Amino acid sequence: MRIVSLFGALMALTLITPAVSAADNTDIELLRTAIEDLRADYDARIAELERRLEVAEQNAAQASYAAQSPAPAQAQSSGQAAFNPAIGVVFQGTLWGSDGPGTDSEGFAVGETELIMNANVDDKFAAYLTAALAFEDGESELEIEEAWVETTALPAGFGARFGRVASAFGYLNAKHSHQWDFADLPLPYQAFFDGRYVDNGVRLTWLAPTDVYMELGGEILQGEGDPSGLAASTLFANVGGDVGSGGSWLAGGSYLERDNMASLTGAHFVWKWSRDGNWKDRNFVFQTEYFDYGEAGVDGGWYAQAVYQPFERWRFGARADGLQTDADDPRRYSVMFDWSNSEFSRLRMQFTQDRTGAEDRNEWGLQYIHSIGAHGAHEF
Amino acid sequence: MKRLITALLLCTLPFAVHAELRVFACEPEWAALADEIGGDLVESFSATTALQDPHYIQARPSLIAKLRRADLVICSGAQLEIGWLSALLQKANNRNVLPGTDGYMEASSFVLRVDATTEVDRSKGDIHPQGNPHIQVDPHNMTVVARALSARLSKINPENTESYSANLEQFLDRWEVSIARWEAAAQGLQGKRAITHHKSWVYLLGWLGIEEVANLEAVPGLPPTAAHLSQLTKQFASGEADVIIRAPYQHAKSSAWLSERTGIPAIVLPLTVGGTDGATDLFTLFDDIIMRLKGAMDDA
Repeated sequence: MRIVSLFGALMALTLITPAVSAADNTDIELLRTAIEDLRADYDARIAELERRLEVAEQNAAQASYAAQSPAPAQAQSSGQAAFNPAIGVVFQGTLWGSDGPGTDSEGFAVGETELIMNANVDDKFAAYLTAALAFEDGESELEIEEAWVETTALPAGFGARFGRVASAFGYLNAKHSHQWDFADLPLPYQAFFDGRYVDNGVRLTWLAPTDVYMELGGEILQGEGDPSGLAASTLFANVGGDVGSGGSWLAGGSYLERDNMASLTGAHFVWKWSRDGNWKDRNFVFQTEYFDYGEAGVDGGWYAQAVYQPFERWRFGARADGLQTDADDPRRYSVMFDWSNSEFSRLRMQFTQDRTGAEDRNEWGLQYIHSIGAHGAHEF
Repeated sequence: MKRLITALLLCTLPFAVHAELRVFACEPEWAALADEIGGDLVESFSATTALQDPHYIQARPSLIAKLRRADLVICSGAQLEIGWLSALLQKANNRNVLPGTDGYMEASSFVLRVDATTEVDRSKGDIHPQGNPHIQVDPHNMTVVARALSARLSKINPENTESYSANLEQFLDRWEVSIARWEAAAQGLQGKRAITHHKSWVYLLGWLGIEEVANLEAVPGLPPTAAHLSQLTKQFASGEADVIIRAPYQHAKSSAWLSERTGIPAIVLPLTVGGTDGATDLFTLFDDIIMRLKGAMDDA
């Protein structure tokens, strides 16, 4: 169409030009501008028509799907339908430093690289594997962090999980390091579990058929240092609900008994808020846990933390954690901020004042957490 | 007299106070559709509201409790709920609503989705390989899903098949009339050009014959960047678009900024039931959308 219009305009020019050869220059100029205007006008109109045609064609394509016959007999399901397990890898590392009397040091530590795989086994079971690849003391290590099978077909709100599981004791224990809001675990986890409590065994949970969330469960676990026995067990209960359109809470208690060790009792409370429940924009999380340990020396431990996201991508947090011992009450205070380009990448800066030793120490860390591949939904 | 007989007849009926089925809808439009097709036989619950971005929802305890007792889960699917639904399903210990069972349906699997891609690369942002999941804003899609939902309700609750079919027919009668009304009202919108915050409106724009000329998000799912916005200001400096559209849960800042500099009107459209005061059910949802679009175009 555009070619036709150009051709027309050129024809007009060639036809008109000889006829006005006698006329003076101003007339020619006038005519020329008139024709230029005409041509510009036509070009614009033709462009507009072409655009409309394109839209109309798009609409025709859209209309054809709308007119299709309804309700195919079977809907294809998305997600983990493929036979291959969902595979994800989480990369983590920290650049850190500390200063204090006699402890000036700094370094770069590539943290655990988590390899996560999961899929439905069949119609009644699902399986999950997390392996941690670490580089320690000059050697690469592969550690099976979690490897469990879960039932999906038990009736009446029951669920079971068996294999190597992260215990449901406490709140933070079940969370992977990439889900933590701070680069390290709070002191009670470090003191009582030397990290997270992961063990071999079986878990049973039951969810009450109520509008208020109520979960009860227990675990029988191998216990540390006793490969032949079932030397540890837990009991736990969680309740939770919503407050208004933007707030939600989770509270729970748990109890852990291990052979040759005092029992540990835990209590936790988590509060999350976002305006109208629109999490993406602005949100706030408060969480706290308390541990009571009935052994002489260390009586218990606690932490409380708050993380606020004022706008997309940026989060700011503060945490206090401590232990209760006979001698003194070691404590730490940490602040952090992090930036997430997307839900798959996060850079974090953390400062910690460590008052656990004889003299105070200051620590700082710059952490990265990046994840590729399939990434399952996170629990509350 | 007639009224008295009716009243007496009603008294003889057993009290059907509690609903037969509990429907857990991921988004308000599916809860509204379940109400239309299920009537008093279903009790519907929506996990999200129109003021929440359904991509980003916390797997809250209250939602797990609701899912525990659900008989049917209906969600948009196409990975819209990938960040939270599986965590809910895993915790809810409810074998009747797992993917693959009759108690689970993804609405988008019944319609032809646009923008499906095999080029799955996260550098391109929050993409949905199975296509755009925001299918509810084309009423023709709603027709298809309504039929599928009626069939599914009948399958899990066969005793009430007749009611579900009758409700469906009644709904579709009203729906078809409404579609004709909306299409007549929206005729003037054909060929208009829209800038949208996120690709939430492709089905609506396709239906109404409006062209999507740009998105405020440079990369889908990531917040609009200053560089991209200023590039858009240049691109649309002399107003080569008719409207800027955002959903209620997308912040107003970016579209207001662009609107100020280009003179193109910026509006909020309800993406689902409850998105605006006017959008109280599926019918008023589209009434409100058309009204707001026309309002903005008349201003232009």
